Amino acid sequence: MAGLPLRAEYALVIIGAGPAGMAAAIRACDLGVSSILLIDREPEPGGILNQCIHNGFGLHWFKEELTGPEYAERFAEQLAKRSITLLTDAFVMEVDSNRRVAVLSAKTGLVVVSAAAVILAMGARERTRGAIRIPGDRPSGVLNAGLAQKFVNQLGVLPGRRAVILGSGDIGLIMARRLTLEQVEVEGVYEIMPHANGLNRNIVQCLHDFGIPLHLSTTVVQIHGRDRLEGVTVAPVGPDRVPQLVHARYIACDTLLLSVGLIPENELSRQMGVALDPVTQGPVVDSRMQTSLAGVFACGNVVHIHDLVDFVSAEGTLAGESAARFIQGESVAPDAIRLRPGAHVRYCVPHSLSPGRTQTVYLRVDQPLQRARLKIGPNEAKVLRYAFPAEMISVRVIPPALEAVPTSLAGTTTVDRTASQVIWDVEVHADE
Amino acid sequence: MSEMRSSFKATYLCIGCPVGCQLMVDLPEGADDLVVSGQQCRRGVDYARKEHRAPERFVTASVRIQGAAWARLPVKTQQPVPKESVVEVCRLLREVSVEAPVVAGDVILANVAGSGVDVVATRSLTRSLPCADLKAEAADVGM
Repeated sequence: MAGLPLRAEYALVIIGAGPAGMAAAIRACDLGVSSILLIDREPEPGGILNQCIHNGFGLHWFKEELTGPEYAERFAEQLAKRSITLLTDAFVMEVDSNRRVAVLSAKTGLVVVSAAAVILAMGARERTRGAIRIPGDRPSGVLNAGLAQKFVNQLGVLPGRRAVILGSGDIGLIMARRLTLEQVEVEGVYEIMPHANGLNRNIVQCLHDFGIPLHLSTTVVQIHGRDRLEGVTVAPVGPDRVPQLVHARYIACDTLLLSVGLIPENELSRQMGVALDPVTQGPVVDSRMQTSLAGVFACGNVVHIHDLVDFVSAEGTLAGESAARFIQGESVAPDAIRLRPGAHVRYCVPHSLSPGRTQTVYLRVDQPLQRARLKIGPNEAKVLRYAFPAEMISVRVIPPALEAVPTSLAGTTTVDRTASQVIWDVEVHADE
Repeated sequence: MSEMRSSFKATYLCIGCPVGCQLMVDLPEGADDLVVSGQQCRRGVDYARKEHRAPERFVTASVRIQGAAWARLPVKTQQPVPKESVVEVCRLLREVSVEAPVVAGDVILANVAGSGVDVVATRSLTRSLPCADLKAEAADVGM
């Protein structure tokens, strides 16, 4: 098999061959990085895209509307044309402080490879029943919506016959439709917040189209069933999101799908000692997608949860480029500007910027706003017709906006972020 | 031009942008065309008219496949089909079984439900052993 046995050293090791990792590998290869090892735990590249068989992907990147698998296949084709070593069905156990990567797979056994640079592209995991502490029995039939999606779309089994879905995010809505089209009865979608979480397009095409009710300000308060799920109790919640049990009601069902949030998958990052942002739960990254550890970069859902895979591809491309430059010994000045989330901004990525080039800042607001002004530091970057927490905002910051920053930091070689950085607040102001 | 439905107020949630205007459609006495209200931009008017007269949808689903790494092949309609035919399209797809290898873009079902639209594979799958075999345990929920 091509690429085996593994070498003792690679210039670049990328952990995760989803859209982020694939984009990074392609870019790094095209910039001349000589040996690239791309590792994934699945039998093939593509990441979560392989199970996202609905469309809506690629409107920005390819100017076409594609399904997940189509988007993934385009990148996989580019990957196959280059001499990138792809190791699938493989699990990275550990990365130490010298960037030695311990990887385990049936094909290789446990092997340790050295890397001049590492890119973290592990994506995200789903929030579980345990994490949101739904009381009750622990029968089978309670599973995350993303896992149900894999069952139905790749493994060819239905999760059950009568489902309740908790969470009105897009994964829950998409699965409401998917199950209905496969003749599973979807009793309803329940959402603890007073507003739906997913795209209006999905509310219409996944719920309205099939007459599936959406119950807002309602949550599951108990799970019933000994071996198999038999039913759930739901109850409305007040403005404090505390369930009003006096109004609880029982719903018979054999399947409960949970769509209650995605969390960047940073077990490895934590183990490595990479600094994490507590709001995103992903690595703190600079304008080159480098983490707090020199030579370790990150991109995609592992940094922050994205809405559009097109932005993931852009981030992956940037990380691949930065890793290539690092490997080739280019010295770069550390970012001179630290970005600090301010009014109405939950977080922004990257966490710092540099003067002298165009950079893209991604951010999310903490509540719905209309006709608002986005300010990055001293400059008003954008007027927003609307801003919603569920829709990530991206804004290009162009060099002239950074002229006010002192250039005396150029040429320093240490990765010392905290010293001598100008702080720019990133704020969104609603029109009064 | 498809026949317009009889005049009655109908509401649609606009999918054009996250604002999600509630669009109201009416055909008042003596009006030439459907009147749309509740929109904050032009896109809502066009969307509401289309949704009211001739709503259509892309269908994305999966079909059984033998001899591949996965048990299912994802497919899509090349173009949108009439909304009322979606359930029939899925019923027809449930009767399909294909054999690997398949190339992305291969036609799986031509002119599905007489819509003039083909259903095509959205990925390639080569001949290979299955990654996982859940059939033995999944008798009544196999697809």
